[in-house]
Amino acid sequence: MRKTLALTLAVLAAVAAPALAATQLTGAGSTWDFPFFSKAFYEYGKTHDVQVNYQSIGSGGGIAQFTQRTVDFGATDVPMNATEIKTAEASGGPVLQAPVVLGGVSVIYNLPGVDQLRLTPPVLAAIFLGTIKNWNDPRIAKLNPGDKLPNTGIVVVHRSDGSGTTYTFTDYLSHVSPQWKSKVGAGKSVAWPSSNSVGGKGSEGLSGQVTNSPGAIGYVELAYALQNKIPQAMLQNKAGKWVEDSQATVKASAASHPDVTATNFSIVDSACAQCWPIAGYSWVVVFKNPQDKTKGKATKQILQWLAGADAQKIAGSLDYVPLPPNVSALSSKTLAQMNV
Amino acid sequence: MAVERQPIARKPRNYALIAAIDFAFLALVYVAAAVFVLLVAMLFLELVRGSWPSLQAFGARFLWTSHWNPVTSQFGALPLIYGTIVSSLIAIVLAGFVGILAAAFLAEFAPGWLAQPLGFVIELLAAVPSVVFGLWGLFVLAPAVRNQIGPFLIHTLGWIPVFSGPVVTGTSLFTAGLILALMILPTVTAISREVIIAIGGDLREASMSLGATKWETVARVVLPASRVGIFGAIILALGRALGETIATTMVIGNRPEIVASFFAPSYTLASVIANEFTEANGAVYISSLIELGLLLFIVSFVVNGLARLLLWTVMRERP
Repeated sequence: MRKTLALTLAVLAAVAAPALAATQLTGAGSTWDFPFFSKAFYEYGKTHDVQVNYQSIGSGGGIAQFTQRTVDFGATDVPMNATEIKTAEASGGPVLQAPVVLGGVSVIYNLPGVDQLRLTPPVLAAIFLGTIKNWNDPRIAKLNPGDKLPNTGIVVVHRSDGSGTTYTFTDYLSHVSPQWKSKVGAGKSVAWPSSNSVGGKGSEGLSGQVTNSPGAIGYVELAYALQNKIPQAMLQNKAGKWVEDSQATVKASAASHPDVTATNFSIVDSACAQCWPIAGYSWVVVFKNPQDKTKGKATKQILQWLAGADAQKIAGSLDYVPLPPNVSALSSKTLAQMNV
Repeated sequence: MAVERQPIARKPRNYALIAAIDFAFLALVYVAAAVFVLLVAMLFLELVRGSWPSLQAFGARFLWTSHWNPVTSQFGALPLIYGTIVSSLIAIVLAGFVGILAAAFLAEFAPGWLAQPLGFVIELLAAVPSVVFGLWGLFVLAPAVRNQIGPFLIHTLGWIPVFSGPVVTGTSLFTAGLILALMILPTVTAISREVIIAIGGDLREASMSLGATKWETVARVVLPASRVGIFGAIILALGRALGETIATTMVIGNRPEIVASFFAPSYTLASVIANEFTEANGAVYISSLIELGLLLFIVSFVVNGLARLLLWTVMRERP
């Protein structure tokens, strides 16, 4: 009996030992990054002895956990602001923020019979402000001469949960509409002014509401719109060209802002010819001087890999947009400042 | 000849040790009970501590301001309180009506072979997870409200302000009330059935012997006699409806605005917390959300306490 027990324990120890030898890293934050991180870390774990446990609890939670030093890195759709950085610095020293994911936000709609809706920024802002209430308003009809727009009210669908997608979208509206900027502003959650609006929980809630309600308009990540084949509107960008949301147009938009930093991170309303104007990065945050040197080194290596071409190819396959080379290099250089 | 009994030799009992063990056991059970009281007290204190910045910034204004703006950090809970209370009221009106009648059926009219399985099926409804109710509500009930139920009620009852107005999308205060009604129906039915059965047979026999029909007995004697217990059941169900989060947030439309019509989207205290807490940053924002939790805690505590007290009064008198 005792011999069997000893044998079992020895076998278990032998099996567990290699698993224990792998470096265990933890991260927390943005839900938007989760599909990409999930696949990327798995692929990385195949060739390196590192296992990452990423908790997609939301950007706010990620920043909180990072500040309390319970995770090795945080992930957030909007970089930490000055107050948050100060709190984090008091906890663990200087903070580094690097972009690792790029994505576009599509404008989705539900208008049976309208193949391709076209909207200009002022009209889009007016719809979301609630000043344009009907689909057959002359301002919309003028942009869509060939289409039969119904005489129904516009139902604005937004995200009810706090979301980086909302931030990017409201950031864009703040850039193109001074009225939106003063009345509503940009944020992960805002007070939506239109009286005919509803909130959906998560991208699935929002797109579910749009697809189930004729006459609805909303906004959702490009990846989501592509995978669920939801009709997307074309926008007129700052250069006056009509563009649709795709990996190429978002990539062009990002490339036109080569000097992104954590304080100057907005890339909406880009002016190049084939730019989709509603796009944004998602960021990882790390301490410059991590306390655990081994884990810090492993974190640095995996995050630099994440910003590199191989990992970004994985992102592309999941309908994110791969980082343009200049931003990828910038991200890698920022992470290289870690003292490990 | 009687067998002479020898006194059985016995070890003298150590009464001091026995007393000590008794005392230790008593202390243990008291401590176990105290843990629960402490838990509730600590929860309350933590909620107050967490909502302190918001209590300082807004004070009592929080309860009657209508603005919920995370960008400018202006928070007011009135539309949320309205949404929570009204959706729960719709739920208990609907569930109360159907539930009491179902309980009366199960206790009084159903034949034996039907009462047991039917009661079992009703209690099965209570076992359905709330997120499943939410999904069903979003994909089945919301389109039904938008396309059939809503227009029908507007057509017949549209002259009443609360049933007026177009149905924006199927997700509305009314849909949330319907879903909550379904979720609390088992509670109302099960407890009401117990209470009705607890009414003594004497009352029924007396009523019948005076010439009342079965229906008159139930409607005018049995139900009025059990009204305290049924009221307790309804308040218990109300407590559940007030705190329901996931099913509500999927079908209520998530718009913090007070509108006359039930077919407009609305918002509840629990839904806001579930939706915005993960991404909230800033002391005032987070503490406002915690203050919503505090409000919900106080309301649920009071409602549940009341219900328990009522039910205890009634059950105690069962012969």
